[in-house]
Amino acid sequence: MQTSTLSAAGHPVRFYDDGEHHPQQGTLLGFWIYLMSDCLIFAVLFAVYAVLGRGYAAGPSGADLFNLPLVAANTALLLFSSVTYGLAMIGMQHGHKKAVLGWLAVTALFGLGFLGLELFEFAHLIHEGAGPQRSAFLSSFFTLVGTHGLHVTFGTVWLVTLMFQVGRFGLTPENKRRLMCLSMFWHFLDVIWIGVFTFVYLMGVLP
Amino acid sequence: MSEHLNASGSHGDDHGHDNSGYHASVKGYVTGFLLSVVLTAIPFWLVMAKVLPSSGITALVVLGFAAVQIVVHMIYFLHMNTRVEGGWSMLALLFTGVLVLIMLSGSIWVMYHLNTNMMPVHNASEMRNMP
Repeated sequence: MQTSTLSAAGHPVRFYDDGEHHPQQGTLLGFWIYLMSDCLIFAVLFAVYAVLGRGYAAGPSGADLFNLPLVAANTALLLFSSVTYGLAMIGMQHGHKKAVLGWLAVTALFGLGFLGLELFEFAHLIHEGAGPQRSAFLSSFFTLVGTHGLHVTFGTVWLVTLMFQVGRFGLTPENKRRLMCLSMFWHFLDVIWIGVFTFVYLMGVLP
Repeated sequence: MSEHLNASGSHGDDHGHDNSGYHASVKGYVTGFLLSVVLTAIPFWLVMAKVLPSSGITALVVLGFAAVQIVVHMIYFLHMNTRVEGGWSMLALLFTGVLVLIMLSGSIWVMYHLNTNMMPVHNASEMRNMP
């Protein structure tokens, strides 16, 4: 970005920030702060579940409904997807576009698998009459787990969008920055899931 | 530009790949993954096999494993340390942690007592004598 501005003395004016070297840190820190605010949303939903989670309204409890092997499979899928996203980031560091695209595709498949299992679980619960309108417990359960699932859904949409971006424009600084933001988002969702499977599922089936 | 970044001290472990400040390694991810598998498998086993005698103890142990696993994820997957962004990320994280702690413990504390004090009144005449 060359400017033709001349100072009064006739020398070209040099700007400290000529727009070429915007450090990426600004965006990454901003995105991190967004994630922290997202963390507060989940904290509120966890608090709601903590308060209402035993309000069964004479309906089914977590011990009746939750299928722990299914939850374990979901947990494994999300953990695998975190690692494959990490491998995509390592591919990015080495400038291997094909590796990035490959690992992103694997991550997307794991993400879709997670969503598929979660939707299957939700459909099963609603089919059994344990929908969100059944009791306070189920309302807060569907809100908390559904919000997490919604985040994974949008994360997957973002991931596929970035695959097209990287495929079309390559590993440009902009795309690297976007990949790093999504990396934080994706790992963050896995962190939230630790809370979900522990607090909702594992503690929910305890007698 | 990279000299500036290195001089700022936030990239002491810069290996010169690029100046993005992001340095993941396969070793870090494998370590994090293995730790996570162990820290996930044990709570599931504790709950599914009903190893511990009481629900309360199991809940506490399971929550402890979750807390440790969150730290593992933060370190190995989110690459959290006090040097990222010159410490501002860590500051935001700690601030959020404090907020979450106040919010969670406060809500549970207040709502628990509210539940205890709001036991259903079966007799309408009792209602008039309530404070």
